[in-house]
Order: sequence, then structure tokens, then C-alpha cells
Amino acid sequence: MNNKFVWILVAFALLVALLAVGLTRDPREIPSPLIGKSAPEFSLPQLGKDATFAPADLRGKVWLLNVWASWCVSCREEHAELVKLASRNLLPIVGLNYKEVRGDAGLDSSKLTPDEEKQLATGRAQQWLAERGDPYTLSVLDLDGRVGIDYGVYGVPETFLIDKAGVIRFKQIGVITPEALEQKLLPLIAELNQ
Amino acid sequence: MTPELGHFALILALLVAASTGVLALWGAQKNRAPWIALAKPGALALALLVTFSYLCLTWAFTQNDFSVRYVAEQSNSLLPLVYRVAGVWGGHEGSLLLWLLMLTWWTLLVRLFSRALPETMRARVIGVLCLVAAGFLLFILCTSNPFLRLLPGVPEGRDLNPMLQDPGLVIHPPLLYMGYVGFSVAYAFAVAALMSGKLDAAWARWSRPWTMAAWVFLTLGIAMGSWWAYYELGWGGWWFWDPVENASFMPWLAGTALIHSLAVTEKRGGFKNWTVLLAVSTFSLSLLGTFLVRSGVLTSVHAFASDPSRGIFILAFLVVVIGASLALFVWRAPKVGLGGRFGLFSRESLLLTNNVLLVVATGTVLLGTLYPLIIDALAVGKISVGPPYFNAVFVPIMTPLLFLIGVGPFARWKQASIPEIARLLKWALAVAIIVAIALPFAYGDWTPFVGLGIFAAVWIVLTALLHLIRQARATQGSGSFIASILKQPRHFWGMHLAHIGVAVFVAGVTIVGGYEEEKDVKMAPGDSVSVAGNTFRFLGVRQVKGPNYLAWQGDVELSKNDRFQRRLLPEKRIYHSSAMPMTEAAIDAGILRDVYVSLGEPIDRAHPETEWAMRVYYKPLVDWIWGGCILMALGGLIAMLDRRYRIRRNNPKAVS
Repeated sequence: MNNKFVWILVAFALLVALLAVGLTRDPREIPSPLIGKSAPEFSLPQLGKDATFAPADLRGKVWLLNVWASWCVSCREEHAELVKLASRNLLPIVGLNYKEVRGDAGLDSSKLTPDEEKQLATGRAQQWLAERGDPYTLSVLDLDGRVGIDYGVYGVPETFLIDKAGVIRFKQIGVITPEALEQKLLPLIAELNQ
Repeated sequence: MTPELGHFALILALLVAASTGVLALWGAQKNRAPWIALAKPGALALALLVTFSYLCLTWAFTQNDFSVRYVAEQSNSLLPLVYRVAGVWGGHEGSLLLWLLMLTWWTLLVRLFSRALPETMRARVIGVLCLVAAGFLLFILCTSNPFLRLLPGVPEGRDLNPMLQDPGLVIHPPLLYMGYVGFSVAYAFAVAALMSGKLDAAWARWSRPWTMAAWVFLTLGIAMGSWWAYYELGWGGWWFWDPVENASFMPWLAGTALIHSLAVTEKRGGFKNWTVLLAVSTFSLSLLGTFLVRSGVLTSVHAFASDPSRGIFILAFLVVVIGASLALFVWRAPKVGLGGRFGLFSRESLLLTNNVLLVVATGTVLLGTLYPLIIDALAVGKISVGPPYFNAVFVPIMTPLLFLIGVGPFARWKQASIPEIARLLKWALAVAIIVAIALPFAYGDWTPFVGLGIFAAVWIVLTALLHLIRQARATQGSGSFIASILKQPRHFWGMHLAHIGVAVFVAGVTIVGGYEEEKDVKMAPGDSVSVAGNTFRFLGVRQVKGPNYLAWQGDVELSKNDRFQRRLLPEKRIYHSSAMPMTEAAIDAGILRDVYVSLGEPIDRAHPETEWAMRVYYKPLVDWIWGGCILMALGGLIAMLDRRYRIRRNNPKAVS
């Protein structure tokens, strides 16, 4: 066909091809600077217990650190997935309860004493776990979000996979979708456990 | 129950849109009157259903129905009512619904204001718009349903992003979307004309006011967004070349080209293929913008949470809508006749130059926006393209265009004379050069950038005035000169007002770019700092409580030459729902300058009542940037209301 306008369709097809390739990539996937580094140390009170927890306690094991809060709407979606994962007993899952009180839009935390804040947070977190099942080996309370800062948390949920040497190997930003679990997390866990 | 009704209305709307679109187009092709007649009630039913659905979602927001997932994610019971209503378009799902709402309203407007159109043409235009609406409805229902329930519901919502809790959210997106979506009408006219094979002056005349209306909205929407960013982001910039800004700017550039090329098609019957292609491209760029924002292929401050299935859907939609219309164009275009011939120097050739420059500008913005994607797709690395690229390529392309604005109106159709125009404009040129050399010294140093900008602004204003005087003399007859000026047609006033708007905009950009001053300082209560003769005295901070935030409010006394001007109250807000503090700058706006204060961070977090990091700015003529845009939009509005676009009611009605 002798049509001088055909180049328009060719140019458009090229653009579409480019956009299609673009879709397979994630511009936000700027590797977290923490990957390949040791998980930052901390020591936080455990939810509902008098003990504290530090990442060093799990040295020698592959484990997940899952950042959650009861006010986080997406966490509900993720929670069912986590409960399923926990029932397979593949690895310890530690919950980092992040800004349980201060992060909640409906609460004014400025008038609470530290003790009151902790009590309120514990109550809310425990109730949430009681209602939906508790996938966590243990949970810790990061009331003021300082540990969150060390881990570069900028939204809830986020999940870190930490290896036997205490090195962060993977970070899931946002909900652990069934695809992310099957395609990324589980193979990596199997590999790290070898 | 209400959300389910809204959902149901959307499903019905999809059926109506798809059936109206298919039947109206098929009917127009086969000349079946009953099917053609479906277009009018179809457009009305579609608009009513989508409006109802939209109101259902708004109801869920105002009633704080947090069992609706989208409401729980975007709203909060503490959120003021106005932001709950505007919060409907604060996220992905709702903003798509707004997009769709506007599309159906535009369709309804076409149905109401198209009595002069032949029945089949109207059916085609409405049919095309209905099919576009059907695509969007399918997209919303399949991937972005705002009515999905969250079961069990939550007692409290997550709250609207604090950055969006601003009057800007109420105004900016609707204006912008009206513009974006409005180009769908020009697109539908172009596709309808291609289908009928009748690309004539009448088609251009029908398209012009619609294109102009969309352009007016888009101009205002972009200007509003720019102003919002200026006062909200707290660092005094007004344009960032962010991918999403570019996504709105590309249709604007192409739409501006389209307005000018439609003039040639209407008046001279020329550029037909080019005009059709521009009409298709303008709306395609709107859709591409939607894709870039919604699919998450590019990072941007505007990006909503992305979802790969959405990206695939929009891409498929792009392929169908743009691909089909381009294919139609490629098929039909070779048969379209050329318009009247024109000389190397004529109004046609100048408008062609205008179009080439605007299209090249669109292309450079597109390239800059997609470049990170190209690099990523080729797996060469990850980069971002910023202002240095855009400024470097954009200024040289726009400079000749600004010069041509002055020349174009003086050039005759078909053949113009360079010596005649040179004779007419030599004084304007001389004055513009003198002002460009002298004026910058009133502000400070002379730089080529400032000289060029001032020259362009003065040149455009002077030539517009000259043209007005000349035109008034030519049509004066026996009446007075003033009466003759006032009798000039609206399209004439509109054109010059819009061009003067460009001049005002350029003057603002130039002066603020050349002479703004800013200082970053550490201030304790009692300290003062001066920029450009304005003294800011920091009196201290106090805590204030808003409906859903706590803020540190700074108290700053502004004085000039030791005379007290006013108090400025910049704030640092901590919203209950967000860990990120928000900066609310305090601005003393004026015609000749803005002064702008924003609170940074307390130096010592434990003692926020003492020292603070602060930023103060002096921004000469910055408001001219948005003032120029408003003049452009006003010019477009006046041109759109020109007599010759009025509906001719005395047309004999078609006998059925």
C-alpha cells in the first residue's frame, strides 16, 4: 500500500511497545539501601509481656519482620495472607506494631502519658489480633516510630526478610500479595534456609 | 445500600453507553433513522446515570460510610465537610469517576447545543463519545470500583492526604479534568468527520468553540495547579516539570496548536489532514497522560497507588481508542483534498510555523517525560529528567513563537508582504528593544534571559495595540474611532486578550526567574532578616489546633523601610493521620511582588518555642504568571462566544 500516512501508525505502535515494556518495570523499585546490610538493632517491649525483643535474639534463623498497626486499612488485607503463612510454620514472623496510637487519625495522643499510651496501644493491638488471628511469633511495640525510622519505614505495611546472619535480604513495600509471596518471598526463604 | 445503587447505576451506564455508541454509529453509517435517533436519549440517560452514581459516592463520603473501602482510605470523620465532598476525587477510583462524569456532561452539552448540526453528524459525535465513556466505565468497573465494600467496616477512615486538604483540591482537579475531557469533543468531531468523509469548513466551525472551551478549562486548571503548588509545597516554585504536570501540559500545547490550525481550516479550507490529526492527538495525549499517571510507569508527586492490572487495561484502551482513530485517519487522509494555495509568507505559513513550533515543543516534553521510561525499558539504568533539560530545550523553541505572535495578525491570508509588515511594526520593534535594554536595570543586573523575556512581552502588547488601532481605523467608516474599537468582533478581542495574556505570563516568568531572592535563615524570637528591602521580624511561635491537625504557627512582622506592613502567620502542621509535617507558607501577595515566608524545622526539637529554620522569599511579578493564564483563558472564552458560532435557530428543521 502506498500511503504516506502509515508512518503515524508505526510511530504509535512503537510508543505502545515502549509503554508495554514500561508496565513490566517498577520505577519505585529503587532498591532499599538496607538490602544486603545488617538489620538495624533495637530493643523494644513485647506486646502483652514484660520481656523485650532484639533482632539479635533470632540470630541463626531466617525470619520476617512485618510492620503493622490496627489503624492500617491495607493491613487487614495482608493479615489473612500472613495467618496462612504462619500456619505453615516456615519461619518466625515478628510483628513490628508501628505508631499504634500516634498513627491513628482519630486519636489525640498529645494528652496521654507514656504509660497510658502503652496501655492503650496494647489493648488495641491485642484486640485486633484476637479478632483476626495472630500470625506473629511475637509482636513488639514501636510507639514513637523510632525503630521505623531506622528501618526506613514510610508506610504501613512493610515487610523485611532477614537471614541467619541478621542481614536484610528483601523488603516488601505495601501488602504482601499472594503473587509476591509465591514468586519472591517463598523461593527466597527456601534458598536462605538451605 | 446507597453504594450498591451507585454501583448498579454504573453497570446500567455501561450498557447504555455501549449500546448507544454502537447503534448510533452503525445507524449513521447505514442511514437508519431510528438508530440515529437513539443518540439523543442515550446521551441524556448516560449523563443521568453517571451523575446519580457520582452522587452516591459523595453521599458515602459525607455520611462517613467507612464500610466502603475507598471512603475508608480517603476520608475521616474529623475531615471538614468540604474536603469530604472534594475528597471524592482525592484518590484513583474517585478521580476516574469524576473524569467519567465530566465526559458524560460534555456529551450531554453536545446533545443540547448542536441543533445546527445535521442529525447523522450529531449521532456520530455522540456515538464516539459514548464509546469512549463505555471504555472508561469498563475500566472503572473492572479495576477501579470505588463502591467496593470493606467488610467488616472500620470505625474510622485513614484520612485524606494532608497535602490535599486545601481549597486547591476543590478547584484544581475539576477544572483540569473539564479541560482534559473536553478535548474528547474535538476528538469526536474529528472522528465523526473522518467517518463521514466530509472534512470541510463547517466541520472546523463546529469544532472551534468546543475546542476553545476545553482549552479555556485546561488553561485555568493548569494555572490553578501551578498556583497551588506554589503556595502549598512551601518552597516557592511554580512549575516543576513533574511527569504529571507534563501530562497536562502536552495536551495544552497540542490544543493550542489545534485552535490555530482550526482557524486555517475554517477560513481557508487548508490544513485539513493536519487539523484532524491534531484533534486526535490532543485527546490522545490526554489519555496518554491518564495512562502515565494511573499505571505507575513513572514516579511523580501525583501518582496514586498503582496496580499492574490497571496499567494493562489503560494501555489496551489506548490501543483501541487511539489506534482505531489513527487507522481511520491513515485510511481516509489520502483522499482529503488540499486547501487553497498560499504564499511562502502569508498568514497560513505563519500559522503553520506556529503549529510546527508547538508540536515540536509537545514532542520535546513527551521525550523528556518518557525518557526515564525508555532508559529503564532498555535496561540501561534509572534516571530522571528534570528542569535543566526542559528549560534548555523549551526556551529556544518558544522564543520564535513569541515573536510570531506579534507578526501573525498583520499578515494577510494567501500572500503577505514582508516590507509592508516591517513598515507597520518597525516602531513597535524599536520600542520593545529599548524597553528590553532599559527596564531590567530598574530591577538589577541585565541578563540576556531577562532582556529577551521583556522584549517578547513588550513586543506582543505593542503589536496587539497597533493591530487594534489599525483594525478600528479600517472599519471606522463615518462613526467615531472609539465606537469602532468597541465594535470589533469578539474573536478579534479574544485573540488579542489571549496574546496579551501570553505577554503578561512571559513578563512574570522572566522577572521572577531573574530577580527573585530567597534566604534560608535560623531565627530566634526577636530576630530580623531582610530581602529586597522587606524586613521580616520573627516574634515567636505558638501552638494552634485545627479540626484534624495541630500546628506551630509562626508570628512574623513584615515591614518595609521601617514601616509596618502586616503580620504573616506561616504554619507547620502535624495532621493526626500522617507522620509527615505539612508546611503552610504565609504569603503577602501583591501586583508587583509577593513576599513569602515558610517555617522549616525547629532547631532544637525539644524546645520548639525557641529557634526555627525559616525561609523567606521575595518574588517580583510572580502573580503575573497566573494572571497571564487567566487573561489567556478569558481571551479564549470571549473568542468562543463569537457571534458566528451561535446556533442558527432559524434553520429549517429537518423533516422526519
